[in-house]
Amino acid sequence: MKKNNKIFESSIIRIAVYDSFKKLNPVVLMKNPVMFIVEICASMTSVIFISELYKGAYSGFNLQIAVWLWFTVLFANFAEAVAEGRGKAQAETLKKARKQTNARKIEGDKEKIIPADALRKGDVVVCESGDIIPADGEVIDGVASVDESAITGESAPVIRENGGDRSAVTGGTKVLSDRILIKISSEPGNTFMDKIISLIEGASRQKTPNEIALTILLAGLTVIFLLAVATLPAYYLYGLNSSGLGTENNISIPVLVSLLVCLIPTTIGGLLSAIGISGMDRLIKRNVIATSGRAIEAAGDLDVLLLDKTGTITLGNRMATEFIPVSSVNAETLAECAMFSSISDETPEGRSIIKLAKEKYNLRPKELLPEHVKFVPFTAETRMSGIDIRLTDKPVRVIRKGAADTIEKYIEQNGGFYPEDVNAIVKNIAGEGGTPLVVCENKTVFGVIRLKDIVKGGIRERFLHLRKMGIKTVMITGDNPLTAAAIAAEAGVDDFIAEAKPEDKLVRIRQEQANGHLVGMIGDGTNDAPALAQADVGIAMNTGTQAAREAGNMVDLDSNPTKLIEVVEVGKQLLMTRGALTTFSIANDVAKYFAILPALFTVLYALNGSAGPLGLLNIMKLASPQSAILSAVIFNAVIIVLLIPLALKGVKYRPLGASTILKINLLVYGVGGLIAPFAGIKLIDMFITSIKLI
Amino acid sequence: MKINDLIQPFVFLLLVGAVTPLLGGYMFKVFSGKKNILTPIFGKLENLILRVSGVNPAEEMNWKKYLWSLLAFNFAGFLLLFILQVVQKWLPLNPQGFGNVPFDLAFNTAISFVTNTNWQAYAGETTMSYSVQMLGLAVQNFLSAATGIAVVLALTRGIVTKLTDNLGNFWTDLTRSVLYVLIPGSVIVSILLMSQGVIQNFSSYADIKTLEGVSQVIPFGPAASQIAIKMLGTNGGGFFNTNSAHPFENPTPFSNFIEMLCILLIPAALTYTYGKMTGSKKEGWIIFGVMMFLLAAGLITSMYSEFSYNPALNTAYNLEGKELRFGISNSVLFSTITTDVSCGAVNAMHSSLTPLAGMVTMLNIMLGEIIFGGVGAGLYGMLIFVLLTVFIAGLMVGRTPEYLGKKIESLEIKMAIIAVLIQSAFILCLTAYASVTESGLSSLGNTGPHGFSEILYTFSSAVGNNGSAFAGLNANTVFYNIATGIAMIIGRFGVIIPVMVIAGSLAGKNKSPVTSGTFTTDNYVFAVLLIGVILIVGALTFFPALSLGPIVEHLLMKGGVLF
Repeated sequence: MKKNNKIFESSIIRIAVYDSFKKLNPVVLMKNPVMFIVEICASMTSVIFISELYKGAYSGFNLQIAVWLWFTVLFANFAEAVAEGRGKAQAETLKKARKQTNARKIEGDKEKIIPADALRKGDVVVCESGDIIPADGEVIDGVASVDESAITGESAPVIRENGGDRSAVTGGTKVLSDRILIKISSEPGNTFMDKIISLIEGASRQKTPNEIALTILLAGLTVIFLLAVATLPAYYLYGLNSSGLGTENNISIPVLVSLLVCLIPTTIGGLLSAIGISGMDRLIKRNVIATSGRAIEAAGDLDVLLLDKTGTITLGNRMATEFIPVSSVNAETLAECAMFSSISDETPEGRSIIKLAKEKYNLRPKELLPEHVKFVPFTAETRMSGIDIRLTDKPVRVIRKGAADTIEKYIEQNGGFYPEDVNAIVKNIAGEGGTPLVVCENKTVFGVIRLKDIVKGGIRERFLHLRKMGIKTVMITGDNPLTAAAIAAEAGVDDFIAEAKPEDKLVRIRQEQANGHLVGMIGDGTNDAPALAQADVGIAMNTGTQAAREAGNMVDLDSNPTKLIEVVEVGKQLLMTRGALTTFSIANDVAKYFAILPALFTVLYALNGSAGPLGLLNIMKLASPQSAILSAVIFNAVIIVLLIPLALKGVKYRPLGASTILKINLLVYGVGGLIAPFAGIKLIDMFITSIKLI
Repeated sequence: MKINDLIQPFVFLLLVGAVTPLLGGYMFKVFSGKKNILTPIFGKLENLILRVSGVNPAEEMNWKKYLWSLLAFNFAGFLLLFILQVVQKWLPLNPQGFGNVPFDLAFNTAISFVTNTNWQAYAGETTMSYSVQMLGLAVQNFLSAATGIAVVLALTRGIVTKLTDNLGNFWTDLTRSVLYVLIPGSVIVSILLMSQGVIQNFSSYADIKTLEGVSQVIPFGPAASQIAIKMLGTNGGGFFNTNSAHPFENPTPFSNFIEMLCILLIPAALTYTYGKMTGSKKEGWIIFGVMMFLLAAGLITSMYSEFSYNPALNTAYNLEGKELRFGISNSVLFSTITTDVSCGAVNAMHSSLTPLAGMVTMLNIMLGEIIFGGVGAGLYGMLIFVLLTVFIAGLMVGRTPEYLGKKIESLEIKMAIIAVLIQSAFILCLTAYASVTESGLSSLGNTGPHGFSEILYTFSSAVGNNGSAFAGLNANTVFYNIATGIAMIIGRFGVIIPVMVIAGSLAGKNKSPVTSGTFTTDNYVFAVLLIGVILIVGALTFFPALSLGPIVEHLLMKGGVLF
């Protein structure tokens, strides 16, 4: 997928500007109560301005207020449009990839060419090299390499085969080699690709639970301030009467609505949906597709992660890390022996033995003529592998390596002696989470190779971060408890399940949830599906089965198990951004009151022609009542634009623990929100008075 | 200002802090049904009362049942009190032969005492007979306080328990708070008050000749017993019209001290009880701290204003309207706490306070009576603000908001905002109506901003269930009796109902465990946040109104103009 890091791209901007006007439609805007009120206020002011103009009275003040109120709505619309625009750009690239294709449907024993969108669930199609897979499905026969770069952006082909966990294919991807039969698993217009596109475009975006709750809060605050403003003319009238001023001097509608718009939480109200959309967008940038915004929100709440050991915590394969000889043998001899035993061993373990021998003792496999050697591959029957070397002038060397019990039996069968200290070494290695391989030549045991699960670089630090974030990690492995414990300790996970069966995951998730935890996991196999469905955030790997992909609420296109950590961060960022901007928005009100109220009240209770006593509340020393009101309205509109980048990028997340994060954000957005408008409104006031706008 | 003026409030507040854990710990035992020091005395009686009433104390109620029991009980109390007043003429213990109370006044008074407001549109010594005072008013003083406690207990259980419908048993909670807390407290306090000279008799009023030779009627009555619960239950309805400024209600500095202490006693102690119930005393202390901070901030502002030079009167001490037996300091302290706590008893007329001190009393009420607040009501009101704070700021740590492990979602927010909104709405709208209509304006005793303050104070006091009056405003008109009556109902049940919905919703939720990623509420950062939200959400709404009332009056006073 195209990585798009620039926030404002000219093509997106152009569409967004157009869209922000389109979004003025009150039916659309009604979903956002705060901005809807602003639109009503803008309309009222405009009507008043025009009707006055009609009567021949031009009010530059009313005009400017009307313009800025419209801008306030437009800016909010713009924020949403930009956020959507970035998603749409990504969806476009996907749409291009989804060409109109034909399908080769199997009917009975005949093949029939039909358009792909005529396929129904349950149909069977055939695909050969060069064919585009017409719809999502499950491979029911054959094996093929498939180019999935259209959805993953990864150019290396992947293998898809029937049975097992690699059977799902996605519509729109291309078969590169071989022939497969596919059973279609989705209805037209409802394929995985369709879902991704509509999700990215924001078409199927629904408000998440937290967003709904926040909208209620904002609507409630709006009503409170609406009442505060609506009752003001009555209080003012009392003041006018008491000051002996005429009732015709009551506050004008444009001034009242200016106060209202400044007080209601327009900043967060205007940016709320942009924050939500961009949260999904940030996930897509990491090649994760969330099937609902709810899942992203839940990701921020996760406090338990279930992680498979292999591939997530450790590299996929075990590696040789040490040669431990028995007391009578020196290490180099053992290393040489081990190397010979592995020459023909093409497994990653075998290669790692040769590599270790080379690195540690600078040993290289000698050129051995084929007629002098006989390779003995690993078989299930012998459970050993090795080599027989017959050089003409030397005795035959029969070298074998294998698990301890196998070699012990082998030595004893050949009348050899299995030394006691080998057992000690073997036990020790197993206890430390390694896998021992015993090496022998002829009837003599030379020593033991330590094979070890290699914990991925940097994973320990990531778990440390997670712990600071308050997230517990649980490792799941099929290893025995001893080995599992050793790896768990090395990787720094908090807990582990050893000798885990697939159903153990489900049990564990339920257990954690019953204790109030929110659990996230990553999985790919069909047997992971129930656990993925049960987890609060289940991320299915794109390489996984169809069942797994349907069960989870996110799909990781890169199939990278450590992605879960990034998903959590995106979720947290999303929630933090909402909280930060809400706090900022509410804190702003203090300054706005101090700008507008003195401007309104300064005429009341004036003595001997001087300014009224409430003028003293004008602590910002704004130039005139009109400039004060206009400055507050302008600040209120402009701040939305200034905060769009923050809304789209999200508040920076640092794994520091809740209380530290809170202190930082409180200082920046709470205290900042108190102070910023004082400075901002004063500056705007100075500017507009200097250019004589008022 | 003398140093003595500062020491006294300081010592007083220190004492409140010291008593809080003692009484709070005792109430924790009482309300969780544990054996306590009074169980040997009242244990059997409690069981007897419940059995006779047909209540099964083991029965747990869900929020609906709890709420319905509460509403039905309060409605019955309202009816009884209303009827007692309108048939007063035919009841015994009426030595002055008072006639029946008019309907609109009886309506207003009945609501007033049922809602723990104790707004008094009447003068006690010229309107109510002894039997109505004792059977009607005093009884509701106990029951309305107990109702407040019951609600906060239900809410706390909702927060503390998980995955259940059960919020406890309303009847048990009610019985326990009356039996173990309010009655023993009242007995002790009435005896202390009587020792200071507060009267307690059924005598007819006395006609005496004063030193100046004019004749004066001296009212009597069973005052001490009623004053004890008036303070302890944060009711505030005085036996006599001038309330605790009357020498028979509040004769000595010591009785004044006791009465002030009684106002704060239970609301403060409930924070500790709350902490114990949540399993973390710190949670309670943080709430106590926030309340105390707001109280102190108001007190300091008032003291500053009262002890400042007043150019209009050319004096540095504003003694006008103060009870000279107690002095400025004790009058200001009394006015601050009685408005913080939704008590409404007064020992000096708030109308006579300097404008800023008057504003403090108004603002205390407008915040929703959450600075300790009415018995029970203050704490559940504060918890509403806690939920709002958790929701606004909790997001900032990157989790969906939760309070003590309970997720705060749409329903909770909807109810919390309704509870806050409904109070502001009624104060603002009724004030607006009264300040521009003849029916509102004709009752005013003063002009200018001070007259506006009278209206604003009246409706704040009614909605906030405070019950004190700014004085100056003639509240015994049909308009004010009905308007304040409605305001009192809304201010009381418009909050109780949403609170009960929240209690029910929270009880049904699972509790998420605390991790380092959890937003915690037992620290000073949260306290600062909570204060910020209270002031911005609670106070800013009233900033325009306050500007046109006490603030402008203060500024004018500084220019030498009085109203």
